[in-house]
Amino acid sequence: MASKSTPLTAFAEQLDGVAATLPRQDLGWLQDRRAGARDRYRAAGLPTPRLESWKFTNLNRLPRVGFKAAALTDAPSVDSVPVGAAITAEGAVAVLVNGQFRADLSKLGDLPAGATVLGIADALASRDGLLEPHLDRISGQNEASLAALNTAQFGDGVYVHLAEGVTLERPLHVISIGAARGEPVAFHPRLLIVADAGSHGCVLESHVGAGDGAYFTNTVVEATLGDGAVLQHYKLQNDHPAAWHTATTGVEIAAKAVYDSFVLQIGAHLARNEIAAHILGSHAECHLNGTYLLRGKQHADNTTLIDHAAPESKSREVYKGVVDDQARGVFQGKILVRRDAQKTDGHQINKTLLLSRGAEIDSKPELEIYADDVKCGHGATAGELDEDALFYLEARGIDPETARGLLVEAFIGETIDEILRPTMRNALRDIVAGWLTEGRHDGATEKTGVGT
Amino acid sequence: MTSLLDIKNLHAGIGGKKILKGLDLTIGAGEIHAIMGPNGTGKSTLSYVLAGRDGYEVTSGDVLYKGKNLLDLEPNERACEGIFLAFQYPVEIPGVAGTTFLKAALNAVRKHRGEDELDAMQFLKHVRGKAKELGVGDEMLKRAVNVGFSGGEKKRNEVLQMAVLEPSLAILDETDSGLDIDALKVVADGVNAMRSPDRSMLIITHYQRLLGYIEPDFVHVLANGRIVASGGKELAQELEASGYAKYTDADAA
Repeated sequence: MASKSTPLTAFAEQLDGVAATLPRQDLGWLQDRRAGARDRYRAAGLPTPRLESWKFTNLNRLPRVGFKAAALTDAPSVDSVPVGAAITAEGAVAVLVNGQFRADLSKLGDLPAGATVLGIADALASRDGLLEPHLDRISGQNEASLAALNTAQFGDGVYVHLAEGVTLERPLHVISIGAARGEPVAFHPRLLIVADAGSHGCVLESHVGAGDGAYFTNTVVEATLGDGAVLQHYKLQNDHPAAWHTATTGVEIAAKAVYDSFVLQIGAHLARNEIAAHILGSHAECHLNGTYLLRGKQHADNTTLIDHAAPESKSREVYKGVVDDQARGVFQGKILVRRDAQKTDGHQINKTLLLSRGAEIDSKPELEIYADDVKCGHGATAGELDEDALFYLEARGIDPETARGLLVEAFIGETIDEILRPTMRNALRDIVAGWLTEGRHDGATEKTGVGT
Repeated sequence: MTSLLDIKNLHAGIGGKKILKGLDLTIGAGEIHAIMGPNGTGKSTLSYVLAGRDGYEVTSGDVLYKGKNLLDLEPNERACEGIFLAFQYPVEIPGVAGTTFLKAALNAVRKHRGEDELDAMQFLKHVRGKAKELGVGDEMLKRAVNVGFSGGEKKRNEVLQMAVLEPSLAILDETDSGLDIDALKVVADGVNAMRSPDRSMLIITHYQRLLGYIEPDFVHVLANGRIVASGGKELAQELEASGYAKYTDADAA
């Protein structure tokens, strides 16, 4: 059955079966949104390279793997969080295993008053009124069929609410674990963040694997920032080497709010991280930064949109990556400045280090500007390590591997320095250093994905 | 017998172009040699061949250093064995802090010598005194290597690295270029402070000026890829007065 699946029909035949297993069939608003999403997904199927925004990332092998919805399979049990693969951080932890919230693995004890963190199924069971105004409000406007596939099939996830003026001192860490054994499994983690006016918080996402099978994780994140809210949102994608990872993040930023995002893509066979940040109020700031570290035959795509829909706001975007072996990186960054968004200040940079002849980067910066009084710029470069710098280091006694490592860390360090939260810079630097060390130990990390 | 470096009939070039054409040079322990010569005669090629830079091809000849075949060693191995090249154009390395760089270098060299590696505190203690003598403050040490440094700062930084790594053979490639007289004095004082019976130096320069501050034991004239004349320090003064024409003309003939 699965082997006959095409990008158009993939998962479509599972939609009704999964729908019957989802919680709260009695909630009209929820059922309507699920049905709408099923229709949108059935009409489009998986994205194909015929779509402009999917030109460089091809999912046509995905259906051939035969992923089956996690809700319809017996997922292996996971009784602990994989140590080391996730970000190391202080604070509360919410754990998802194959998209299901696991209270037994989570630690949500010491949240301040006014901060609410719930499993989405739990919230739907008793306090669905919290979710109704927000769930699928942003993702429902997204044309992308992957967001619709998530909405049609997610049964759980994490809901985060920061009430007006509340400060979450320590980060909330959402760890999404993919666990498959034997049968390839698909699941759809859902994260809903509502930061009311004047609230401050930090949400980390770690995406990691347990077990040894292939899984397809298709996350949707919706984040709403009220006036003057500050949300630091950092993500580590360190999935299993056979995993397929897609994520669609939609953000709405009100006046004077600050959204600070960083994405580190390091794992998975194929990964696509898409962020659409809509600046809806003036004097807001949006920072989208990230790094991709790829080797073997990995493919990682970072596609971003910064939508300036209000005047006098600022956006900064720095994405830098290192691509080795036969790996391929994709960066597509669009800055849209609408007619009313006068005095917009937007800047974007994408730089890639290619460490081998077979490595590839497709970089597509895009500015679309309808206002006439704006300051916007972008730059993109791709190149090799600086030979002069390498020789200089070696001429001082530093061995070639260490010299290369120093230069790569320096290159990546520029993006990590952009992160507003200092402790997070250190945590991510450690992960980058670990990636470099790993490459030194097994020069040929030939990690082939399932289905290839 | 006790020579530190012994270059015999060295032929080398880059990209198929022959630059050194039978160079002979012997440097004994603790000696300071100066190589002078007009531009384009192979002075920098010699320094790069000794340091092991990629792309420079040795077509014949031998280089013995401490009795071993130097040409068999990788650049970092040569540095660990005590060869130090002070670059004519020190390279800027954005994002790598000077302290990180120098600590990695010092520990690589120490490890090679069988000494304990230094931790961050021990390292700073070790470096600060030497840095102060060269007018290199903590702020400059922490900045990215050579990034945004003036010409004088870059050369002082080279001499600081030399002081920290304590080489057996220091090669100073046009260390005087781009320096005003005050900067030149600071650099020369730094180099002179390192003179020792255990340390040899090879000073490569176009002008006699530097040799007024760092007095060599021997002076050689490099022209057309070979040493064409050798003498004591008085040879440098003679060159300053009469120029290189006599050597280049004779060689071209």
